[in-house]
Amino acid sequence: MSDPMAHRIAAATPPALAHRIRGLSDRAIAWVFVAPTIFLLLAVNIFPLIWTIRLSLTDFRTNRPNNPVKFVGIENYRKILTDADTWLSLQATAHFLIWTIVLQVVIGFALAYLINKKFRGNDLWTTLIVLPMMLSPAVVGNFWTFLYQPQIGLFNYVIAFFTGADPSSFSMIGEVGLAPWAIVIVDTWMWTPFVMLICLAGLRSIPPSIYEAAECDRASKWRQFWTITIPMVLPFLMLAVLFRGIENFKMFDLVVQLTGGGPGATTQLVSIDLKREAFEKWRTGYASAYAVILFVTVFGLASIYVKALNKVKDR
Amino acid sequence: MSFSITDPSRRQKWIAGILVVTYAIVTLLPLVWIIATGFKTPPDSIAYPPKVFFSPSLEGYVNLFTSRSRVTPEDLAALGPPTTWYDAIVRQYDMVITGPSRYGERFLNSVIIGFGSTFLSVFLGTIAAYAFSRFKVPLKDDLLFFILSTRMMPPIAVAIPIFLMYRQLGLNDTHLGMILLYTAVNLSLSVWLLKGFIDEIPIEYEEAALIDGYTRFQAFYKVVLPQAATGIASTAIFCLIFAWNEYAFAVLLTSGDAQTAPPFIPTIIGTGGKDWPAVAAGATLFLVPIMVFTILLRKHLLRGITFGAVRK
Repeated sequence: MSDPMAHRIAAATPPALAHRIRGLSDRAIAWVFVAPTIFLLLAVNIFPLIWTIRLSLTDFRTNRPNNPVKFVGIENYRKILTDADTWLSLQATAHFLIWTIVLQVVIGFALAYLINKKFRGNDLWTTLIVLPMMLSPAVVGNFWTFLYQPQIGLFNYVIAFFTGADPSSFSMIGEVGLAPWAIVIVDTWMWTPFVMLICLAGLRSIPPSIYEAAECDRASKWRQFWTITIPMVLPFLMLAVLFRGIENFKMFDLVVQLTGGGPGATTQLVSIDLKREAFEKWRTGYASAYAVILFVTVFGLASIYVKALNKVKDR
Repeated sequence: MSFSITDPSRRQKWIAGILVVTYAIVTLLPLVWIIATGFKTPPDSIAYPPKVFFSPSLEGYVNLFTSRSRVTPEDLAALGPPTTWYDAIVRQYDMVITGPSRYGERFLNSVIIGFGSTFLSVFLGTIAAYAFSRFKVPLKDDLLFFILSTRMMPPIAVAIPIFLMYRQLGLNDTHLGMILLYTAVNLSLSVWLLKGFIDEIPIEYEEAALIDGYTRFQAFYKVVLPQAATGIASTAIFCLIFAWNEYAFAVLLTSGDAQTAPPFIPTIIGTGGKDWPAVAAGATLFLVPIMVFTILLRKHLLRGITFGAVRK
């Protein structure tokens, strides 16, 4: 807006209005608007976090509130880190985390690459493919126990149909060797579309002119794929991995419904182990220390990863 | 339409199309199976080989919504002929309907808690996002990161102190407690998404309004809110989907009055083994609204699931 225009408007604005514009100062409004959010998050997130840290240094048990609470220092932390069960849970979590990410990245990227060929009706099919990830994981996990039933389950039937095996000869969630894969399969079924959508956004962000230039330079398709497509999609892919990594480290609902952590402790992910300690054995102090360790792990890994991600982006 | 040397050929499109459609069919099979199982009779649902073609029955839905008890054939005969179609279905098994099941209540709880927390998180999220977008808030970046980081905590870890805190405050197993909790969890999403949407509204609109004599508040609700309507609507749907689907807090903090459907559906059992048609019917009624929302949301889907990090 040119200056004379502004002067004219200022002159035309009645003084009463000019006063009202000031009204509440912007600063005050900013605080009024932000405060409820910050207050709620402090009450429901930060205050509990501080409480958890305090509890983690005691032997408090929620089911015995009248027992005297003893301060035990870092004893709980020492116990957790030297407990073989913790490491089993971490191993189960690592297996789950690594395989779900590998499968989802490979399948998700391949799907996005195919959808980006822009065949007719690709929008409709993309929307349909996305459906599983929006559903309630607990309800989905529960229903997959039905699909995984030996003999009558659809999954076993389809596998048997294609391999000729007896559909009642294996139980995906009942066998020690298969259960860790059963949870990987369901999570991959559910979340591959997530990676696909992000990859698709990455692929669509590449300007066609880059490929055209490469064509003129007679670069092979193979080479174009590795020197243009992959590097341009990489930041998106890494973002997808970050989200899936955090989510699957926290994984609880889907797996607890699907296998309940069993058989044995083969699918007992850290969240399930934590839930047992806190709400079945009621070792509140111990579980709080466990929770703190998990926080620190997620935050630590995520912040290292974000640094790497930013490096890739800046490149 | 313009053609370029880099456009995929017809043959490539065909191959890509066939592969994607195949994947879609395989991936939708479990969903179709859930919906189909809801319309089977219990014997059909556990038949071998699995029945693709079956005569549809509403037994699953009847069992989902009623509690039934077994009576002797003599007592059944004494009752006279069934008066309703659902009575007739139940009586084939020598049973009578004794009352409604708890599914209705659980579903209603999901609706109350889902909509309540969605309204609150979108309301608080919108004003906070507006402030972050338009004003110089001290420590703005730190606060925004703090808000985002609250989403990284495993729910079970937060649940321990919340369980204790709620017990002190009498909020365990109450609608209000769950609404506040889900609001807090959803705030990170709603602030980040809405900040993105509000950032995209040119600031000149508000400046013009302020010059016309609007106060900041008036400018906010007469100029910014209508402009952000689409963004607010899609944020609301994302918040609703989260609250609707949430399981971990619900199973730990609610048991009776305020229990939502996700912890309830897996506990549906029949007489003599699990009543899969009833479970499937419950799951179908619960999942279908989300499927509809997903289709409505498809344009903003990517943005919502990445907290606004990826905009198309």
